[in-house]
This record gives sequence, C-alpha cells and structure tokens, in this order.
Amino acid sequence: MTALLEVEGLHVDIALAAGLLKAVRDVSFSVDRGRTLALVGESGCGKSLTALAVMDLLPPRAQRRAETLRFEGLDLRKARTRRMADLRGNKIAMIFQEPMTSLNPCYTIGNQLEEALLRHRNVPRKEARDRAVFLLEKVGITAAASRLRQYPHQLSGGLRQRVMIAMGLMCGPAMIIADEPTTALDVTIQAQILSLLASLQKEFQMGLLLITHDLGIVARVADRVNVMYCGQVVESGEVAQIFDNPLHPYTQGLLGCIPVPGKTRPGEYLGSIPGVVPTPIGDLKGCAFRNRCAFLSSACEAEDLALRQISAGRAYRCLLSPETCAQNLRGRAK
Amino acid sequence: MLRIRELTKTYMVSMGLLKGRRPLRAVNGVSLSVEKGQVLGLVGESGCGKSTIAKLILRLEEMTGGSILLDGKDLSALTRTELARRIQPVFQDPYASLNPRKSVGSIISLPLRVHKVGKAASWKKKVDEIMEIVGLVPRLKHSFPNQLSGGQRQRVAVARALIMRPEMVICDEPTSALDVSVQSQILNLLMDLRRDFGLTYLLISHNLAVVEHMASRVAVMYLGRIVEAAETRTIFERPRHPYTRALLASVLTPEPGRGLPETHLGIVYPNPIDPPPGCTFHPRCPEATEVCRRIPPEPLLENGRFVECHHPGD
Repeated sequence: MTALLEVEGLHVDIALAAGLLKAVRDVSFSVDRGRTLALVGESGCGKSLTALAVMDLLPPRAQRRAETLRFEGLDLRKARTRRMADLRGNKIAMIFQEPMTSLNPCYTIGNQLEEALLRHRNVPRKEARDRAVFLLEKVGITAAASRLRQYPHQLSGGLRQRVMIAMGLMCGPAMIIADEPTTALDVTIQAQILSLLASLQKEFQMGLLLITHDLGIVARVADRVNVMYCGQVVESGEVAQIFDNPLHPYTQGLLGCIPVPGKTRPGEYLGSIPGVVPTPIGDLKGCAFRNRCAFLSSACEAEDLALRQISAGRAYRCLLSPETCAQNLRGRAK
Repeated sequence: MLRIRELTKTYMVSMGLLKGRRPLRAVNGVSLSVEKGQVLGLVGESGCGKSTIAKLILRLEEMTGGSILLDGKDLSALTRTELARRIQPVFQDPYASLNPRKSVGSIISLPLRVHKVGKAASWKKKVDEIMEIVGLVPRLKHSFPNQLSGGQRQRVAVARALIMRPEMVICDEPTSALDVSVQSQILNLLMDLRRDFGLTYLLISHNLAVVEHMASRVAVMYLGRIVEAAETRTIFERPRHPYTRALLASVLTPEPGRGLPETHLGIVYPNPIDPPPGCTFHPRCPEATEVCRRIPPEPLLENGRFVECHHPGD
C-alpha cells in the first residue's frame, strides 16, 4: 500500500539580501492513513515551512524543490494553483497555532465553517449548516446551533481551537496538518484537544502531520518522529525509539533539557545545549550541529553528512556510530 | 518576607453601551506568604489572576482591598522607587519587555540612572559585572534587542532586574516564550542567581514541570482564589484539591506509550464576571455534590498545607 503523503528530498530556499537562506534541506518523510508523524524541533528549524511547502502556501520569496511530493498518488509538484485550491481544506486540512488570528473576526463561526463545504462540494446551504452543527457537537461544543451565529471573539481560546478542528473536518479530509495546535492553550485544555484530535483521527482514519516543539506532546500523540535541526532531519524513528534510545547528540541534548516530574531531581542543573542555531545561509558544509556539539571532531566540518539508515524507518545524521551514540547517552545520564 | 493578606482586586468591566459596569474580581481574597530565600510557584490556568497578583505586588496596579507586607512593613507605605529597589520583575516576553530603540547597555543601566546610584562613571563597571554574571559577552553591550536571540534577551531582562540587587524577583512566565534548550539555560541561571545572591522568587508559570523543578512551595489558583498550597513535594505526591489533581494529570511528560490523560474537567472555564455560586470549581469538578453547589468551602489549614474544598482527598 502506498503512503498517503510522500515527501522526498524537499528543499525550501528563501532569497534574502544576505544570500540564499536554505530553510529546509533534503527533508523526506511519509504519512500513512490513520498514523501520526511528528515534526519536532525548535523555532527556526524549518518545521512549519515544511508543512507550508506541502500545501504550496509558501511566501512568494520562498522556492520549493522536491524529488517526490505525492498525495494520494497525485504529484503535487505539477499540480496547478487551481488543483491545489481544490485539495486544501478538502482532502488536506490544516489547523494553525493561533485560533485568534486564523479565524476571520468579521465573519460568524457558521459562515466560516460552511465555506469549505460550499466551495468544494457544491451542496445546499442547509446541508452545510447541518454538517457544521454535527461537527461542532463532535468536537464537544454545546449548543452548537446557536454558536453558528457567534463571532470568533465571543468564544474562549479552547472553543476557538475546537472550531478550527471542526472546520478542518468539514470536508472529511484524508490528511490533517496541525501546526502547533495547542500551543496557545492551557494545559488542561491542551490534553482535551489532543485527545479529541486523536480520537477523531482514529474514527476517520486520517493521516496526521503534527508540528510541535513540545516533546511531551510528541511522546503522547505521535507514532513516528522526525527531529529537525537547522532545516534538516537529524533523526527519525518510531516514537519509543526516539525517546528511549535517542542517537543524535541534538536529540539527546533536547531530551536532557526538559524537567520531568519524578525523573529529574528538583533544583538540579538541567542539561542545556550551549550556543545558538546557525543561520543556514551560503555554503553549508559539514554537520549543522557541530558548533554546539560536545562530540565534535575535525571530520564533522569536512564531510557532507547524509542521513544514515540503521534499520527500516530508523535513521540519523551523525558521524558517530550507533554504539558510540548509545555510550554518550549513558554518559549523559550519569 | 512577603506576606499577603486577603488581597482583592476588582476591575469594573463595561458590559456595553448603556448597560453599565459590573465588577470582575480578578483576585478575590488571596492570602499568601513567601519566606526569605524561598521559591513560591504560583500555578493556574490563564485568567485565574496569577499575573494580577504579580502586578499588585509590583504596584503596577493598585489593590482594591487587603494588604501586602514586605518584612512586616506595608507595601503602600513605600515609595515606588523604594519598592523597585527591593522587588523586581522578569516578564514572559523578552521581545515586548525590552525597549527596541535602546542598546543593551542602556537598558541594563537604566535602574542605576533612575535611582541615581553612585557616579555615572561607576555605572559602566556595574553593567559589565552584571552582564558577566548572567552570561552575556561584553561586546553585546552596544547591540540592540532585535540583534539578540530570545535567550539573550531574557538574560538582558534578568540583568536589568538584578543590577539593583533586589531581595525578591517576580518571574512571570520567565521561559514560556523560549525554546526548550534555551529554557533550561535560563532556569539554570535563575537557580544559580538565587543561591549566589540569596534571592527570593515568586515564580508564576503554567508549566508544572518547571514549577516542580524550581519551587520550594506551590500555590494553585483558580478563579481568583488560592485553592491549594503546600510544599512542592507534598503537592506533587499527594494533591488534595480535585483541581490540583486535574492539573497534575494533564502534564504531558515525555514518556511514550502512556497515551493522553483524561482530566474529567469540563471545558468551560467560568465567566469571572458571573462566577458560579458555592464552590467556584463545582461546574467542572468530578466530585461535586449538593453542598458544593450552594456553599463556598472554608479554607482548611493543616500542618502547613492549605486547601479549600468540601471534599479534599488525602
């Protein structure tokens, strides 16, 4: 069975006055029906641009290149503007981070919910409204029919995010791209929204591409994980592999940074990654992480690093052998 | 060191043209105390009033009722500059809290100029000193905030707060706007500074993992009131209030395979203009009974643990 979404060798370049910013470099992944892939990384690592590139929603200055970009067998590289517009919100839905800025304040909730269905399916307004009410109830909004007449500002953050999810589901998409869907929400509501998203995904067998910087969310929601750094995938694997046995020094460092109740000792030093993320402009040779890496050697500068496949679906981008990486991890724990 | 008694802040909120104004009790009878050298963590959902408490302590807002005592002295008896020497804030968003048109050196030295400490010549030395302490390289002194990374900006904010050597620092979500690798650097820095300067922190955060790591005591706020307060270990190991339990359950620790927690909380955060009768938490509480709907619970204090609930767990 072929994957729902296949991406291979995706590049995004942005022309700046200072030079060509290689924001996304050689990113490959695939998402299957009913499965969740998380793109995780810190701000500026290119995870959001990757999602926008798939949807062909990049800002005008950004250029996209890819070897493969296929959704349900359709080559997205060749899809025209019109064809893409037919896909967006129909087959592929996107849920953005800020429900306040991604809902239009001038239109009612009902208006915005119905729009996608009216655009894509040519159904009577009544039917669109029924579907909107059905989905609002599905995402746990009470008195759904009366909510349709409300404006975004009349709803709380949690409700707005639920509306965003309902909006994404209007046309019964095969794939959802969720870009930091709960970052603006409180922890209690975050847990509820994520459970909701997970149960809807299961019910409708949707593929989910989840973009987040929160490792806690990744651990609890994702099936597979791609860790991104400076525009590249530095490590990929099943969620348990990434968290229990991280290989790349960046992944190991990232996991050491977060306090975990019951695991890290209160008041103890947290791990940290010294230095800052380099800006990927100009000639990029060697490992992007080398200026912050504790295991730097002269080879890290010279060689162009390819993603090393160590087993099916498990890969990382580092010169160190898997055994050395595992040893480093034990060294960190001490 | 800091004692807060029955603190109340009421905002009058306009209900629309010709509909008059109604009171919103953002902080509704809060009593808290922070001992010297302690880190008090204040947690709760957005809108529960935790940042309002910070503003009242800093006197950026005037309180409606109650009192705040600093070393036994009423806060309102102090002038604003006296207060600013002793208590300083570090805010959430270093992008918003630093003046974009001033250089880093000028931002950090502003408190010295305001308080007219020593001679102008000595300011430069003091700035260099504090920049080294918070881990900023000297050449950044002439940079502007937009040239710095998020972590560096937050270090500038910390340096500005500490240059007057205050006794207490109010950290309002100090790391929420930062990436995880930078967050841990700032948390380590804050812990170092507390030890080296004997600082007292009020740490406001919605990230319970951060609070557990940093705080010695935790107070949980809900709708303008403290519903539970205890030593950090006690509250994380044996939470008594149902709200605290729900909050702790919803922390997503990076442990794969554990799935998503079920918090049993309704979604509806009540409208603070129209708080529910009885216990304000009862509409979301899985253990609410008839009495919770009618009568507000009395505060219960037992060996250093505070809880406000009709049916506290053990």
